[in-house]
Amino acid sequence: MSRRTRRKVINVLALALSGVATSIGLAFLGAILWTLLSQGLAGFSISLFTGMTPPPGSDGGGLLNAIYGSVAMTLLGILMGAPIGVLAGTYLAEYGRNARLSSVVRFINDVLLSAPSIIIGLFVYELVVVPMGHFSALSGAIALAIIAMPVIVRTTEDMLNLVPQSMKDASTALGAYRWRTILSVAYPAARSGMVTGLLLAVARISGESAPLLFTALNNQFWSTNLRAPMANLPVVIFQFALSPYANWQQLAWSGALLITLTILFLSIAARVVVSRLSPGGGRR
Amino acid sequence: MTPAPGAMSNDLGKARVGVPASTGEGSSASNAAAQASSGRVQRSAPQERGSNPSEGKIEIRGLDFHYGATRALKNINLVLRDHSITAFIGPSGCGKSTLLRVLNRMYSLYPGHRATGEVLLDGENILAPSVDVAGLRFRVGMVFQKPTPFPMSVFDNVAFGLRLVQRISRAELWERVEAALRDAALWDEVKGKLSQDGRSLSGGQQQRLCIARTVAVQPEVLLFDEPTAALDPISTLRIEETLQSLRERYCIAIVTHNLQQAARVSNVTAFMYLGELIETGPTEQMFTAPRDRRTDDYVTGRFG
Repeated sequence: MSRRTRRKVINVLALALSGVATSIGLAFLGAILWTLLSQGLAGFSISLFTGMTPPPGSDGGGLLNAIYGSVAMTLLGILMGAPIGVLAGTYLAEYGRNARLSSVVRFINDVLLSAPSIIIGLFVYELVVVPMGHFSALSGAIALAIIAMPVIVRTTEDMLNLVPQSMKDASTALGAYRWRTILSVAYPAARSGMVTGLLLAVARISGESAPLLFTALNNQFWSTNLRAPMANLPVVIFQFALSPYANWQQLAWSGALLITLTILFLSIAARVVVSRLSPGGGRR
Repeated sequence: MTPAPGAMSNDLGKARVGVPASTGEGSSASNAAAQASSGRVQRSAPQERGSNPSEGKIEIRGLDFHYGATRALKNINLVLRDHSITAFIGPSGCGKSTLLRVLNRMYSLYPGHRATGEVLLDGENILAPSVDVAGLRFRVGMVFQKPTPFPMSVFDNVAFGLRLVQRISRAELWERVEAALRDAALWDEVKGKLSQDGRSLSGGQQQRLCIARTVAVQPEVLLFDEPTAALDPISTLRIEETLQSLRERYCIAIVTHNLQQAARVSNVTAFMYLGELIETGPTEQMFTAPRDRRTDDYVTGRFG
C-alpha cells in the first residue's frame, strides 16, 4: 500500500469512527427529547399553568404553585449567589492573582463545583432547616445559591483573565485607581462572558432536585411564604413520577418538558447575549 | 535645583483637580499642527507650569532598576526637556521600555520590581513612597505599543480620564473631547461616529484614539512605548505628524525600534545598551557623528 492510500484509509477510518461516536451521543439526546416531547406535550394546556398540584387520584390540576416556587427560589438563589460569586471571582482575577489565599480559594471552589448537590442539600439542612425546625423556601434558595456560586466564581475569574492586561494598564496609566479600572474597563470588557456565566448558573440550579428535597421540600398548595415549604418543579416531578396515579405521571412529564424548554431557552439567550455584547457588533 | 512653586510633593494629588481647562485649546492646537508640519517650530515656551525650559522637565539621577535579582537599569542619568521629543533607541531588552515605565511608575503594579535613585519631575522625586501614583499618572500620560481602546464608545474613551477626577459640565466635556480628538488628528474621521464602540475603529485610528484619550486630561509629560510598532506605514506617518504637533506643549519621550522614526521625530536621542545609557545628544549628531563606537555600530546597523 502506498503512503498516499494508507493516509487516505486512515483518514476515512478516523472520520467514520468520530461520526459514529457523534451519532451515538446525538441518538441518546434525540431519544430523550423525543420521549419528553411525545409524553409531555399531551399534558400541555392552560390548566397546567393555572391549576395547583392536584390531590392524589383526582383529575385536572396543574403546576402553577411548583412553577412559581421554582422561579422564586431560583431567582432568590441567584440574587444571593451572584454578588458573592462575582466579588470572589474579581478578587481571584484582579486583586489576589498571585496570593496564596487565592490558590486555596480556587481549589476549594473547584471542589465545591464538583460536589454532589445532595451533599449541599444535607449541609443546608443541618445549617438552616434544623435550627429553624421546619423546611422552608428560604433554605432551598440558600442551597441553590451555594450551587450557583462556584459556577459564577469560575466564569467571572476566567472572563476577567481574558481582558488584556494592556487594557487594564492603559486605564491605570490614565490615573485610574484599581477599583475604577475594574468597574469601568474590566467589567464592560468581560460583560458578555459574565452574563453568560450567570445565565448558565440559572440553568444549572433551575433543574436541581436533590438539594431541594432536604430544604424546600414540597407543598401541595399555593404558598409564597419563604419561611414555609414551597412547591418546586424538580421535586414535584420526582414525587409525581414515582406515583401510581396516571394524572400525576402526566403532570411529571409535562413538568420535565417545561424545565427542559426553560433551560434550552436560557442557553439560547446566553448565546444571543454573547453575540450582542461582543466587540464590533455592539451598538448602544 | 530649586523646585517650582506649587509643585512640591503634597501638590501631586491636588494637581489632578487643578488642571487648566482653557477653552480655546482646540483651535490653537490645530494651528500648532499646521505650524509644526510646515517646519520645526522652536517657540519659546510659556512659563505657565513654572518650569524653566532650559532645565529639565524630568531629571533622572543615578537610577537603578531591578526585576527580582536582575538589574535591568544601571545608573541612568538623563535630563528630559520640556517642549521637546526624546527618543530612546537600542536593541531589545536594553531597558528602554523599563525606563519609560519608571517615569509614570507603572512598574509598581508588579511585585518584585524596584527602582532606586531619583527621578525628579519639576524638582520633585516621583520615586518617593509618599507620592500619589494615580496623581502622578495624571500628569505623566502613556501610550502603549498595542492600541487599547476601552469597551465603550469613542466619546467615552476620550472622556474616560476627564471623568475620573472631576465633575465637569457636559458642554466643557464635549469641548475637551473634541479638542483632544483634534490634537490626535482623529476628529475629522470620527466626528460622525462618536457613539460607536471604540473597538470598531481601524488599528491606526484606535492608536490615535488612545493618544486623544491620553492628551484629553492635559498631562505635562507624554510617554510613548513603541506607539507605531503594530501599525502600517500610513498610520505610522499620521502618528508621527501628531507627535510633531504635540511637541509644542509637552515633554515627550518615545521608545522606538525604528531608527528612521527616531531620526524623523526626535530632538534628542538616547542610546541604551544592556541596561546602560551609552550616549545621549541632539538627534542629528547621534545619527551622523556619535561619540561612542557602540552607538555608531547600532545606528549604522552593524548589530541590534
